Amino acid sequence: MRSGSNLEKVLAAGHFAVTAELGPPAGADTEPVRRKAELLRGAVDAVNVTDNQTAVVRMSSVAVSSLLVQMGIEPVMQMVCRDRNRIAMQSDIFGASALGIRNLTCLSGDHQKFGNQAGAKKVYDIDSVQLVAMVKRLRDEKRVLDSDEDFAGTVPMLIGVAANPFAQPYEFRALRLAKKVAAGADYAQTQCVFDVPRFAEWMKAVRELGLHTRCSILAGVTPLKSAGMARYMAQSVPGISIPEQILKRMNDAPRGKAAETGLAICREIVEQLRAIEGVAGIHIMAVEWEQKVREIVEGAGLLPRPSV
Amino acid sequence: MVKATRKPLEEIFGMVRGFTRVLVVGCGGCTSVCMAGGQKETLELADELAECARHARVPQQYACFVAERQCSREFLDDMEERVENCDCLLSLACGAGAGLMADAYAAVPVFPALNTMFIGADLDVGLYEERCRTCGQCVLGDTGGICPVTRCSKGSLNGPCGGTQQDGSCELGDGIHCAWHDIYDRLKGQGRVESMMVIRPPMDWMEKGPRTLVQRGFEGRYAK
Repeated sequence: MRSGSNLEKVLAAGHFAVTAELGPPAGADTEPVRRKAELLRGAVDAVNVTDNQTAVVRMSSVAVSSLLVQMGIEPVMQMVCRDRNRIAMQSDIFGASALGIRNLTCLSGDHQKFGNQAGAKKVYDIDSVQLVAMVKRLRDEKRVLDSDEDFAGTVPMLIGVAANPFAQPYEFRALRLAKKVAAGADYAQTQCVFDVPRFAEWMKAVRELGLHTRCSILAGVTPLKSAGMARYMAQSVPGISIPEQILKRMNDAPRGKAAETGLAICREIVEQLRAIEGVAGIHIMAVEWEQKVREIVEGAGLLPRPSV
Repeated sequence: MVKATRKPLEEIFGMVRGFTRVLVVGCGGCTSVCMAGGQKETLELADELAECARHARVPQQYACFVAERQCSREFLDDMEERVENCDCLLSLACGAGAGLMADAYAAVPVFPALNTMFIGADLDVGLYEERCRTCGQCVLGDTGGICPVTRCSKGSLNGPCGGTQQDGSCELGDGIHCAWHDIYDRLKGQGRVESMMVIRPPMDWMEKGPRTLVQRGFEGRYAK
């Protein structure tokens, strides 16, 4: 075992894994964290804690991940390259290890322009591939960057990355994952899938490169709440592709039935994803809709979650 | 070359209005080429400031001088006499030029009339694009001549982030192209996509204080 995390054990045992996302509050009150975490308890194998997503100032991912550990819920801590240099990152990774955090998803991070601190100085001292390699070095070689000295203690982190099959240049996207796997990625969580044929095409390239045998692929899904949300995501969220036919279904849903339609679409997509060779699990990003996660997992026949 | 642009007139006048004799110093180097601080712009600025002074009823005199290059000490020595007859200097050079002039005439206040923007290329007359962040470790050979440090919004050295849009633009929009999308296209055209598969290690950003360069062949001259 690399980390001994529940997520690692579930994947190693060959179960179809389920993770979900929890967005920390934009404030210092822990109540929303506890409320969302309880909604996810037992419904998923691990809970992703986002790192100041969309560049809006939020409670730190290391703090919220630690709260989840205290609650007995396994976190997947997300870490972006936007806000911290290599000193702060390695320091936070030591800290996360000390706090019992065992999964780390390494990301570039949304540009600061999108958040509430548009004038911030971006950091990007290292990029997401370099971050993966840095975490692997901490874990496997017990060395910080550019140092030959051992440190005391261990950094048992399962190393995750993001992958986006729907962003240009399409042909390079499987190769981009290959770089991350070569750098040390143990699992990948993808951008939310609406366009299943394109995702299947990407998975074919991933299989041809043999990446799925070295890195567990968790396909991202997002339930659509409304036609407006679907349109917004399709038009305004970079790197998301929603086929016209899904937009139409959301648009044509009778008044008051849009959420139901969105959940039905989500269930269908999960079913299609499970049939694709090499997909090791799903990652549910129900933005401010955590109360629907259990229903999605249950509807997919994936409850109860395995105890390993 | 270095690209610069003039500060708003009100801001410049605000800096110099407390001084009676102002020497406006243009630069014949980069800021002349980008039409921000050459002879023409220097004379224009002095006229506009004189007009501001008349309007504000501030008794001021403006004189002009254009140094061949303000970022070279030898050209700054030419203006010594003029500096003796002024109360402040207003520089239309880049930050390096204005700074060196301030060193050369340390007893006289020096104010910048320009904002130095970037090292860029001319896309058209009066249209410039940033092309170099002076990282000191040029990777252009591996990236098809497209600089990821400068052009990628996240400075990624290992390929595109997940934000590239369907039309190949950056997640920032505003007509900004994804640098890595362009790098991929160009390398593909040259049959060298494999150069994108190399994992580049973290950069040494060389942020160890202001950098000094001793040019090849001059090592002996500046040996400590």
